[in-house]
Amino acid sequence: MHTVTGSLIGMYHICKREMWLHANHIRMEHNSELVAEGKQLHEQAYPQRAERYREIILDGSKIDFYDPYDKVVHEIKKSDKLEHSHVAQVQFYLYLLRRNGVEGATGLIEYPKLRQTQTVRLEEEDVPMVETWVQDIERIVTSEQCPDRIAKSKCRSCSYFDFCYATEEP
Amino acid sequence: MKQPKYLFNAGRMSRKDNTLKFTPVDEDGKEGTPRYLPIEQVGDLYVFGSLDANSALYNFLGQEGIAVHFFNYYEHYTGSFMPREYLLAGKMQVDQTKHYLAPKKRIEIARRFVEGAANNILRVLKYYENRTRSTPDCVDSTLLDAILTVERLLASVPTATDVPMLMGIEGNIRQTYYDTFDAIVGATFCLDGRSKRPPRNELNALISFGNMLCYTACLSTIYHTQLNPTISFLHEPGARRYSLALDIAEVFKPILVDRLIFRMINKRQLQPSDFRVEIGSCVMKEAARKRFVQGFDEQLKETIKHRVLGRSVSYRHLIKLECYKLQKHLLGVEEYRPFKAWW
Ligand code: SF4
Repeated sequence: MHTVTGSLIGMYHICKREMWLHANHIRMEHNSELVAEGKQLHEQAYPQRAERYREIILDGSKIDFYDPYDKVVHEIKKSDKLEHSHVAQVQFYLYLLRRNGVEGATGLIEYPKLRQTQTVRLEEEDVPMVETWVQDIERIVTSEQCPDRIAKSKCRSCSYFDFCYATEEP
Repeated sequence: MKQPKYLFNAGRMSRKDNTLKFTPVDEDGKEGTPRYLPIEQVGDLYVFGSLDANSALYNFLGQEGIAVHFFNYYEHYTGSFMPREYLLAGKMQVDQTKHYLAPKKRIEIARRFVEGAANNILRVLKYYENRTRSTPDCVDSTLLDAILTVERLLASVPTATDVPMLMGIEGNIRQTYYDTFDAIVGATFCLDGRSKRPPRNELNALISFGNMLCYTACLSTIYHTQLNPTISFLHEPGARRYSLALDIAEVFKPILVDRLIFRMINKRQLQPSDFRVEIGSCVMKEAARKRFVQGFDEQLKETIKHRVLGRSVSYRHLIKLECYKLQKHLLGVEEYRPFKAWW
């Protein structure tokens, strides 16, 4: 069994192969450096926030920064542009909250590099959409077959770039 | 940036906070000035001299994912301290095992390793054939004959239906190849047939030593992937504990080791006086060993422009890419094609 996590939801919206590899624990070593960098960013950008925000685990998935007083999910992205996958990830967190009886929570994605924020909501009618993602993810990551490569400029900055593109000319 | 560290001198290694402390000790047991190595800069350790260390050090190295490779007085690789595997991936392990267990799947991969080795051998041979041809009044056809023989043997690889048969072809390729070494470096050194344990003469000692370095470089690389280094395809698992490193080294030896040997001999960076011939064996003197290891290390760091990735990659990274290609084959993503030198 694979637990659907926020990062899988994010990857689902970018590259299904990345999601499959990640879910099957085929990860690139320097990922750990990126993760460390992400952590550092959290600490640097918001040194004082630990007080108010909680890390909560719902149905096996972790939400890093939840503010139970205002019912806001905070998500910090070091990316230098707003991305659809970030929104999807936060929508998934809102879905988890809703499924666990928390009504009316909202999300806030913060982009320190861009000095911008993005508000995210999840209406009742959005719930089936998120459920489709979750089912689709479960189906893909448990499949024997690794999904195809995406032919995108995205690959250049992906940690799997060498993995996906290493090949010999015939 | 992590870099492999080579320890030639005898001494004591210990943990000092987050650094490694190396205190050299001379023949009379006198301690020298310690050197400190910040842990985040340390790749694997290669130990040639005698090393004093305690379990606290090994725990620290294990936790940091640093392997230690040991070589004895005769420059033989004697074993490794391998940290606990840290990149476990169930699916990868299962797929690798399946490919080993199914004879058809196994031979397919094994053939690719032999093809890779043969192609890279041909690269080396053609390079030197070209050079000798441009030497006036050279009538020696050893290299040309060898090229034709290796090409013929390479063509027969697909007919090998089991691993022992394939190993036979591989053995013949290597034999043909080694028989040309005297023609390549004959003036200073003479191979006079390949001998391994122990190497009988200088050139044999160099080949054995270089092959060990290549094997350990492959082993370190495999360790940083999800491949299991003990499950191999061409070599029988158990031939050596980390037999997958033997498989992959096969492909790289001609390019990483043999070319380096020829280059260093032809540039006179290695001379017969660099060796000590003992009863029935031959050992490289320490200064030469350092030079050779340094040469090998520089070789690994050297970069080439990768034709498919479109960027420069080091030779060491080429080994990593080989692991990725093998992983993709095992996962059913893309058929493995071995690395083929094109320069
Ligand atoms: S390199 Fe491209 S195809 Fe491969 S995982 Fe990354 S985004 Fe997907």
